[in-house]
This record gives sequence, structure tokens and C-alpha cells, in this order.
Amino acid sequence: MTISRRDSLALGAAALGAASIPIIGARAAVDDVPTADVKAPEFKIEKGASLHVLRPAKFIDPDEVYWKSNTKKFIDTTGIDVKVDFVSWEDLRPQLAVIANTGAGADIVASFGADPHIYYSKLLDLSDLAEYLGAKYGGWYDLALLYGKKWKTNEWIGIPIGGGTGPTVYRKSWLNEAGYDKVPNDHQGFLECCQKLQKNGHPFGMSLGHALGDANGYSEWLLWSHNAYVVDENGKIALDSKETIAALKYATELQKTMAPGTLTWNDAGNNQAYAAGKIGMTFNGVSIYYVLLKSPDPTLQAMAADTYHQDTPYGLSKRRVESAAPMNAMVFKHSKYPNAAKEYLRFMMEADQYGPWLSNCLGYWCQSLKAYSHMKFWTADPKLLPFASALDSPYYDGYKGPISAASAAVIANYTVVDMFASVVTGNATPESAAKQAAKAAERYYRT
Amino acid sequence: MDATTAEVGLQRLRFTRQPDGWVTRMFDYKPFLVFLCMLPTIGLLVVFLTYPLGLGIWLSLTDTTIGQPGQFIGLDNFRDLMDDPVFWMSVTNTIFYTVVATAGKFALGLWLAMLLNHHIPWKAFIRAIVLLPWIVPTVLSAIAWWWIYSPQFSIISYIVVDVLHLRSTYINFLGTPWPARWSLIVANIWRGIPFVAITLLAGLQTISPSLYEAALLDGASGWQKFRRITVPLLMPILAVALTLSVLFTFSDFQLVYAITRGGPFNTTHLMGTLAFQRAIPGAQLGEGAAIAVSMIPFLIGATLLCFFGVGRRKWQQGEAND
Repeated sequence: MTISRRDSLALGAAALGAASIPIIGARAAVDDVPTADVKAPEFKIEKGASLHVLRPAKFIDPDEVYWKSNTKKFIDTTGIDVKVDFVSWEDLRPQLAVIANTGAGADIVASFGADPHIYYSKLLDLSDLAEYLGAKYGGWYDLALLYGKKWKTNEWIGIPIGGGTGPTVYRKSWLNEAGYDKVPNDHQGFLECCQKLQKNGHPFGMSLGHALGDANGYSEWLLWSHNAYVVDENGKIALDSKETIAALKYATELQKTMAPGTLTWNDAGNNQAYAAGKIGMTFNGVSIYYVLLKSPDPTLQAMAADTYHQDTPYGLSKRRVESAAPMNAMVFKHSKYPNAAKEYLRFMMEADQYGPWLSNCLGYWCQSLKAYSHMKFWTADPKLLPFASALDSPYYDGYKGPISAASAAVIANYTVVDMFASVVTGNATPESAAKQAAKAAERYYRT
Repeated sequence: MDATTAEVGLQRLRFTRQPDGWVTRMFDYKPFLVFLCMLPTIGLLVVFLTYPLGLGIWLSLTDTTIGQPGQFIGLDNFRDLMDDPVFWMSVTNTIFYTVVATAGKFALGLWLAMLLNHHIPWKAFIRAIVLLPWIVPTVLSAIAWWWIYSPQFSIISYIVVDVLHLRSTYINFLGTPWPARWSLIVANIWRGIPFVAITLLAGLQTISPSLYEAALLDGASGWQKFRRITVPLLMPILAVALTLSVLFTFSDFQLVYAITRGGPFNTTHLMGTLAFQRAIPGAQLGEGAAIAVSMIPFLIGATLLCFFGVGRRKWQQGEAND
């Protein structure tokens, strides 16, 4: 089916705009979360407490709607006034930096993965709250333990709320047309699948431009599925290795099968291209599926019915090769009402509040506590299954090394992304690119 | 005592001044008045210019990160930048971008100014419309250009491929280094022409038409009129416009950041965008500040060159023709 340019432009714009359509769907019953009988810690709430909370802005409506309604429930039950600001993802870090450095501005900030580790000296110890939640809700996932606790200690500096992951998103009819039932799990098979998709005019597409989420996610998949990584357990750079060279060579072959212009895509690029029918397969969070599903446009709804998810190819790895940097809530030492803050976080993580929020986000967020994996909505729509175990992964930004500002710097400066981009466009040899990237990464890990 | 002596005495009493108090003498003291009147301006300059500049230079000499305060490390940041190929790529990109975009803006801007200098219908309206690219917030026009350069949705590609059938594939404007650089330069020229055009138009309007009439009577051609009358008399305002334009273009951030973020693989990074990337998302304020501070020599050099090289002619100072 050919789509005229006007249609494809409209579809692309609709994909961006449709994310603000109101939610359709009932609140999930909160009887499907198994809890252990554990006594809640007593946080003596300060008199006259009020809280200021910062968290990332929504990507889909239910995220904000349910967070706000949960907060209102908290205000009504405890009488503590809570103000929640939804800050755009790129503004969140600078705002967090100002709050940390000036010692004022917010009590709780829910930022991304590694941020509490950058400001650990300014944060409250949340171990009592975290131990309680872990005991009640079946334990924390691997990545939650990694991001919540200070590296190599048992001290909790953040409460990981939930993370999103980016599995393979594909058009089933086009995959079948290319002769496949499932996306192949090995490198060679995946490459051949992409070649066949390209021949049929429905190519694979992933950005290697300066797209913070997508390009870094794709580069990490390329590295980890080849058993390559940036830094080892001791913090020494291990990027310049034969595994990396293999990953670079594979990426070059894979790039040839891709839709044109992927190096110009930002984070929305693959969403737009998919919704316009220009690509048949990509790696992405649930945002593509969600937007298509909730759209009133019948063309997009048909695409949603044809859209399926699958774990990204394992390649040489034994486990899922995806990471999920969770939304990680931290409480500042400078807060005037630390107990109220801890009580707020406890409240938001309890099943009566967390459950509806999680289930109505339809897989956009994955739980950090294992009990929530039993919620019905995960199995109600089988397409959501790959999102259900997002934090059940050993991989993280800066794998295998310590979580620190250095790993965040490597991501933010696109060190690995640029390495791949320069090789796949033929502007550098794999060996020289790997050496250069290792040298650049060393500077960030030096201090 | 007769009446007139008394009247004169009374008058003297009435018009005798009190000796000046110290407050009055202070306010009469001219240097003090000058200082006082300049105080608000100096205050604004110090708070909004000197302090950030000084802080930036200080930060570039430390290893401050966003999370932790830093310590003085001398010129280590600069030494590291010397070895950084991405930094040098941003320097060459910025110089190339500035030179080419400024040349383009001035060539086209001068032409536009000369066209607008004539009597045409709707003159005032057209001059106002011409200003639009400059007035529209850069981020918005950058997003529009991003759509124009999109590999899937570009209007240019659509016309060339689907309407005129001159090519079979859509144009990849921003996916490879040189096309990306030229595309950004085109966007920058589009945005910058109005400023140059309106400024030079103002300059053109100050040139007395009697000079052109005299030249016409002497049988001068169009080119001779341009070269001998327009160009020399336009030099002062050209110097100012050139200085400002070079400064704006060299420190451009919004256009590049909104369209490519410095990609693909750093080939469109300007010093401004690289400084931001290293400092804020990369959390290394010291290094970002060092990149920003290393822009200063270039900017000073460009200002001196433009302003004094172009703007100073002997006859403008009132001396004889050279």
C-alpha cells in the first residue's frame, strides 16, 4: 500500500500529536499484586509539612494523570501539601544540579538512573524505606538494586520507581512477507532478515545521530550483544577490543539495510518513520504502539493491530540485551521535612497507588519491585510482555563499571554513538574509531 | 539711615547665599557626578557581563562538575582540549561556518539592500516583511528547517522526487558531513540576511543622490558607481554590521543544536554547541567553560579585524584622501 506524501506527513505529525489523547480504559484492579505481611516503618511526620517534588514530564497522558491523582490521595489522607512539577527530560538534570548545589528548591527529585550517584553526598539514606518495600513486594530487580544502592554498599540513596525498555517493534505482516515468523535471535539471522525487509521496501531503521535515547540504546545493543563493553568492573576502559571491532563490522553491514537518513534522526525520528509506514522494524519503547493504539485514525489503529514486540536479538549474550535506566527518586538532606518525604515515596510505591499508575501506562513503565509483575494487564495484552521484565537485566549504562558521573558523561557526549557512526559511514576504520573512542572515554573515567 | 540705604541693605540680605554645605559641594564636583550617573550602567554590566565572564574563566581553570565543586587545576582543561580531535573539529567547523555564512549574508544582504533602495510600490511593507526571518524565534525556524531537511518528509525532496521526477531517492541533507554543513549554512544565511540588508539599507540611504547624479553626468557605468561611491561610503556601517554579524554567527547555538545537535558524529559541532554538550548533559562544567573561553581570542580577533580593518579610513577621520 503506497502512502501519498500528504498522508505520510499527516501520519508522522499525528504520531507526535496523538500522544496527548485522553486515556481509554478502566483502572486495573489492585487485587493482583501479591504482598507479604510486613509492618510499615513509622515515619514521624513533621508538623506543617509541605513537599515540593520534581519528576520527568510525561510521554503519555496516563503517566501524569495517575501520578497527580495518587498525589491528591496523599494530600487528602495526610494533609501534607505536595506540589509536583513535571519537568522536560533535558531540563531535569540542570534543575537537579541547581537544587543540589544551592541546597534549596525541592525536597524530592525523581530523576534518571545514575543521578543519585552523582549527588550521593547530598542525599538522605533511604535504606529503611527500601528494605520495607523490598520485603513487602517480593524483592527488587537487579537493575533496581544497582541503581538504588550506592555502588558496592548496602546503603540506599534512591528509590527506583520504574523504568522503560526498548525491545524490537515490528510490523508482523511485513515480517511474514519477508519469510519470518519471529525476529531471528542471532546476528547473522537478524542481518538477513533486515536485508529481506529492505528488499521488500520496509527496512529496519535506528538512529546513529545525536539522539540521546535511541542512538545510545542502539549502540549499547551493538556492543553488549557482541560481548563488548565500555568499562570493566574495576573502572578500566575496555572499549578497544576485538569484540568491539566485530560489533563495528556488523554495524556497517546492518547500516546498509537501513532506511535512508537515519543519522539525521533524533529520538522522535524512528517513531515518525514507523507511523508513516517508512520503516518496518525498529527498537523502541512502548510509545510507538501506544500512540498507534490510542489514535482515532483507523489507518494508525490498523498499524497497531499489526505491530508486535519482541526482545532485541540476544546475539552472543545469554540474557536480554536491553537496559532500562529507571526513574530514581532521591530525597535531599536539605529537605525540611525528611519524614514527610519518605512517607510520600512509601505511599506512591504502595499497591493501591502504584498499581493503577503502572497498569494504565500500558507498559510504558516497568516495575522495580517483583510483585508487580503479576498484575493482570501484563498478560491481558500479550504484546506488552517484552516490557514486563525491563529491570530484570544485568546491563546498564556504563556496564560493567561503577555507576558514576563518568558513565553519564560517556552517554551525553555520544562517545560510543560517534564511534559507530563514523565507521558505518566509512569515515573511519573500525580499529582507529575504537581507539579514539577508548581514548575519549578514558578522559571521562580518569577522575 | 535714609530709606535708600535701608532698601539696598535689605536687598543685599535677601540675595545673600548660604555658604555651600558639603553635600552640595559633592554634587557640584563633576567627576563625582559622572561616576554617579554611570553607576547603574556599570552595575548592570558587572552583574550580567563581568561576573559571568569572570566565573566562566574561573570555571575553565577548575575541574568543577555539575554534581560536585571543583578544585583549581590550572590549564589542564586546555591541555586536554589541545589533544581532543572533537574540539579541533568544532574549531574548524566554527571558522568555516562563520566565514562562509557571513560572506553569503553580506553578498545577498547588500544586493537586497540595493534593491530595496529604489522606489518600488509597497516599499515600507516589503521592508517590514523582509525582516521576518530575523524576528521569528530561531528555535522555531530551526524546527521548520529540520522538517525541510528531513530524510523522509522534506518538501524539497518531495518536489524534486515526486513532482518533478528529477531524482529517484529522497535527498539526505543532514546525514553526511559536508551536506549537513552546507545545509546549516544555508539556514543561517536565510536567517541572517534581514539584519544585514536593513542595516546596509540604512547606510545606503545616507549616501547623497547628488553624488550619483554627478557620476552619471561624468558618464560612469553602474559598476563604477557601485565601486567608487557606494562601497567607500558604506564602509563605516558595513564595519559595524560585519562585526556584529561575525559575533552572532561565531557564537551561534540554537540553529545547530535544534537541527543536528552537532551530529552526524560531531561534524556539525560548533564551539558553542560542544561547550554546552560537555558542560550540561555531560556534567563537566570545567571543560565546557574551557571550550567557551577558548572562543574569546577568536571573537576578539574577529572584532578587531572587522572594526578597525574595515572601518578606519583616513578620510573618515577628517584627513586628506589617501
